[in-house]
Amino acid sequence: MRLMETLSLYWQYPFVRYALIVGTLIALCSSLLGVTLVLKRFSFIGDGLSHVAFGAMAVAAVLNLTNDMPLVLAVTLAAAVLLLRTGQNTKIKGDAAIAMISVGALAIGYLLMNLFSTSSNLSGDVCSTLFGSTSILTLTQGEVWLCVVLSLLVVGAFVLFYNKIFAVTFDESFARATGTRAGLYNLIIAAIVAVIIVLAMNLVGSLLISALVIFPALSAMRVFKTFLSVTVCSAVISVVCTLLGMLASILAGTPVGSTIVAVDIAGFLLFSAIGRIGGKR
Amino acid sequence: MSLLTCQSLSLGYDGHVIVRDLSFSIEPGSYLCIVGENGSGKSTLVKTILGLMPPVSGQVLTGDGLRQNQIGYLPQQTEVQKDFPASVWEIVLSGCQSRCGLRPFYNRAEKARARAAMERLHIEDLSGRCYRDLSGGQQQRVLLARALCATEALLLLDEPVTGLDPKAAADFYQMIDGLNHDDGITVIMVSHDIQAAIRCASHILHLGDGGFFGTREAYLASDVGRLFAQRGGGGP
Repeated sequence: MRLMETLSLYWQYPFVRYALIVGTLIALCSSLLGVTLVLKRFSFIGDGLSHVAFGAMAVAAVLNLTNDMPLVLAVTLAAAVLLLRTGQNTKIKGDAAIAMISVGALAIGYLLMNLFSTSSNLSGDVCSTLFGSTSILTLTQGEVWLCVVLSLLVVGAFVLFYNKIFAVTFDESFARATGTRAGLYNLIIAAIVAVIIVLAMNLVGSLLISALVIFPALSAMRVFKTFLSVTVCSAVISVVCTLLGMLASILAGTPVGSTIVAVDIAGFLLFSAIGRIGGKR
Repeated sequence: MSLLTCQSLSLGYDGHVIVRDLSFSIEPGSYLCIVGENGSGKSTLVKTILGLMPPVSGQVLTGDGLRQNQIGYLPQQTEVQKDFPASVWEIVLSGCQSRCGLRPFYNRAEKARARAAMERLHIEDLSGRCYRDLSGGQQQRVLLARALCATEALLLLDEPVTGLDPKAAADFYQMIDGLNHDDGITVIMVSHDIQAAIRCASHILHLGDGGFFGTREAYLASDVGRLFAQRGGGGP
């Protein structure tokens, strides 16, 4: 009963409501493409792009931009497109390109922050960008609306291109041979991923973002056997885990990002167990 | 008119030419087997016919109302597919993707087409099963049904019996024979299995060793054909 009272007390604050709304939306979006990214062996593209976003945030901080979202989004989008283009036809292949861009951006970002930072608490700034800040709890109404609009765009694009994303993920050469423009759809996937990364940076920070993208998909794949059911289930798992994680972090005063990831890990273990038991039958 | 014509085609990549000056044409209803040693350019030829990579010189022409993107392609299985969570129905239906154009969802005609392809290959009872739980032979049937969704006229199979046990391989060859004879679908098959190629095909294209293109009878009478058939093909 005490628990419910504490929760209803917190619920009265708008910033808690905003945080829960934004958290739910981000969890929903980030889980959608997880299946595709895991299967295309792009699990680490989330990591790579989020480090790029970190670099862009550092630049924005140095330039003293109050609203860094547009810059970060543009840079991340460009990096996503670049990564998928290099994936197809160059000397530096997929995983190496991702590793290069991600580490490079991380290093340059930190370097810039160190050289030019105006803030007195540098390591605090860096830490909060890497592991998720409390800024999820200081969202303004405008930011919430931006997040809502971007989330709707992501979900809409995913639903519209669902069958094409499936075709391109399952068998790119067949899709290409029968005249599906695989390059274009890879580009759309990259764009959606970039938007998700930028959105999710606030919630869990750039080091933990991959967890938000990968864990729900992996959990769902333990148990479900069709693409549609895996996608729907990973969305549900993601939203539930994120909500639980946020509530736990509010009640226990733990860091938001890592609490959510911890719940995601617990979810994965649970689904692995269910999958194993179900598989034996 | 020929269904598919290759005119003085040179194949290769990065400026490295593997096959020079290759010309042949395929008539509707024929069954062509492409054989040759490893590295003789079989897979490169397949990719060029499908338009996945450009030829170094020469051209691939399609005729008889066939467009290049209407070739039913059965690729070699990839690593990704082995643990892909998808039902048989989802995979077969994705063969209709090119018919959709920009339309986001499949319409009734496309679903009917996918159902018909599954019935033709006797896999309608697998519809809800997960692809990764199927046997190798069943998986090939699923991919073949998907290829049938994409084409009316021409199937291109890239080493389709690799990894199948002898029984499943024999079943698969029989199924292809049926599609060729009964449904009048033209077949191009890349194969390591020279015995099966000689048994089933109406025409043989031999890459490397001077090369050969002609009917099965002419191939068996030729020097290169006799030699190759005796040795039992170009490897595993």
